Amino acid sequence: MEMFIMGLTIFVLAIFVGFEIITKIPPTLHTPLMSGSNAISGITLVGAILSSGSQHTMTTTILGVLAVIFATINVVGGFMVTNRMLAMFKKKS
Amino acid sequence: MSALINIGYLVASVLFILGLKGLTHPRTAVRGNLLGAVGMLLAIVLTLTDQQIVSYEMIILGLIIGGAIGAALAIKIEMTSMPELVAVFNGFGGIASVLVAGAALLENTLAAEIPLVQLTTAIAVSGLIGAVTFWGSLVAFGKLKGLISENAVLFGGQQIINAALAATALALSCWVVIDPANGWAYWLLVGVASALGILLVIPVGGADMPVVVALLNSYSGLAAAATGFVLSNNVLIITGSLVGASGIILTQIMCKAMNRSLTNVLFGVMAPAGDGGPTADEVYGGKVKSASPEEVALLFDAARRVSIIPGYGMAVSQAQHPVASLAALLESRGITVEYAVHPVAGRMPGHMNVLLAEADVPYESLKDMDESNLDMDQVDVALVIGANDVVNPLARTDPSSPIAGMPIIDVDKAKTVVIIKRSLSPGFAGIPNPLFSLDNSLMLFGDGKKAVLDIIAALKDS
Repeated sequence: MEMFIMGLTIFVLAIFVGFEIITKIPPTLHTPLMSGSNAISGITLVGAILSSGSQHTMTTTILGVLAVIFATINVVGGFMVTNRMLAMFKKKS
Repeated sequence: MSALINIGYLVASVLFILGLKGLTHPRTAVRGNLLGAVGMLLAIVLTLTDQQIVSYEMIILGLIIGGAIGAALAIKIEMTSMPELVAVFNGFGGIASVLVAGAALLENTLAAEIPLVQLTTAIAVSGLIGAVTFWGSLVAFGKLKGLISENAVLFGGQQIINAALAATALALSCWVVIDPANGWAYWLLVGVASALGILLVIPVGGADMPVVVALLNSYSGLAAAATGFVLSNNVLIITGSLVGASGIILTQIMCKAMNRSLTNVLFGVMAPAGDGGPTADEVYGGKVKSASPEEVALLFDAARRVSIIPGYGMAVSQAQHPVASLAALLESRGITVEYAVHPVAGRMPGHMNVLLAEADVPYESLKDMDESNLDMDQVDVALVIGANDVVNPLARTDPSSPIAGMPIIDVDKAKTVVIIKRSLSPGFAGIPNPLFSLDNSLMLFGDGKKAVLDIIAALKDS
């Protein structure tokens, strides 16, 4: 239970940090914000790697590998496309 | 070792926060995104050193396949299709959470220990939110892409079916919590949540899509946070809540800019089409003045300050590059040019800014709605291209209008307004726009791209 309360504390505090930072992001950058935050939400990859590598059973491995694929698409695609967009904003300045 | 890994995860979380902070200014944004990517790489490398991992083949295979698909999508995607891509990525984040939670449940039941209630609760929540996100995002993708009807799809008893599905999903969640050893309960839950995800997005109309994409973005974050609780992993919890918060804020901004409540968006409720409001004939009857590209060019010649108001119609006719050349031409003649961008000008938050940035418009000339409304009366020519409802003065003047109170760009306050539009047909709100028949308004009828090119040609001739 202690673990859970600890997690909950972190969850609530991080939401406040998120609100503070994100309200300061100008509307011009809202699309890169969405694709960029999307990329970091692919952090589920960490869990996926553990599932696919620990080889408890065939099923958990398959579930894990599928999760690794989906989460990696999210991470790699998200960061790359955000970088592509942001580079366009930078070009002329 | 595990302490070291956790400290590394903390560093990764800090990098994510600094990365988001970098996005507060276009100058620091590229670096911010890189910081985020470095944080992710750190988290992945640390996880690979975990002692639980006994085999790397499958992980590497997954990373290669996913990385290749992700990179190909990121490189090939057109900027106009960005909302579709973000919708799909949201969905993939959601399904990853479903799969990880499913695997975690299986591992725990195999360990033949009775898993803790908080663990099974987190697993149920991951599966529920993840599946809603995945299927909701796929429907959003289909709608944005035109594969599924863009209109609000409504049918009888929809609310009742949704309520029944939600209740079933809750009951199944309880079953997962109480009896985790039963492998089927979780996957049944995922199935019901999938149906719920589809039915929640199906009734949303095309114009409301920006809100839904933002909301699903938030869900994908919450799904990741729930998975963090499953694995007792702080980096997932922190990151998930950051993204959850970001999505909620964007959802609020979009709802406000469209004058829609979140409930109305989610249930496909449109404001009543203001009965008793003026008809198109009453508004336009004989008062609309149409102009030729040459006349518009003469107006620009005499102007000192020009404001361009782009709408999604501009992106549809691929007119952003000609518009940028027109702006460059005007600037070379000493005219100040700025862009007034409404928050819902594109198909997702900030979409129009990306489309303009792609056409080499410097971000300094992109002004948001409030900023441009401050001194709209100083503007000599306001050029509206492909926008309608977001410049409709009825939002300010007619309290009975369906768009009453919606924030608009006050182009009617500019000295002259030129509106490039195919016809007088109404926008998404389905109401006539008195802006088109004002004394200081001129309509330039035609395709956006061709009209702008014609103006450029006329300017060069004069």
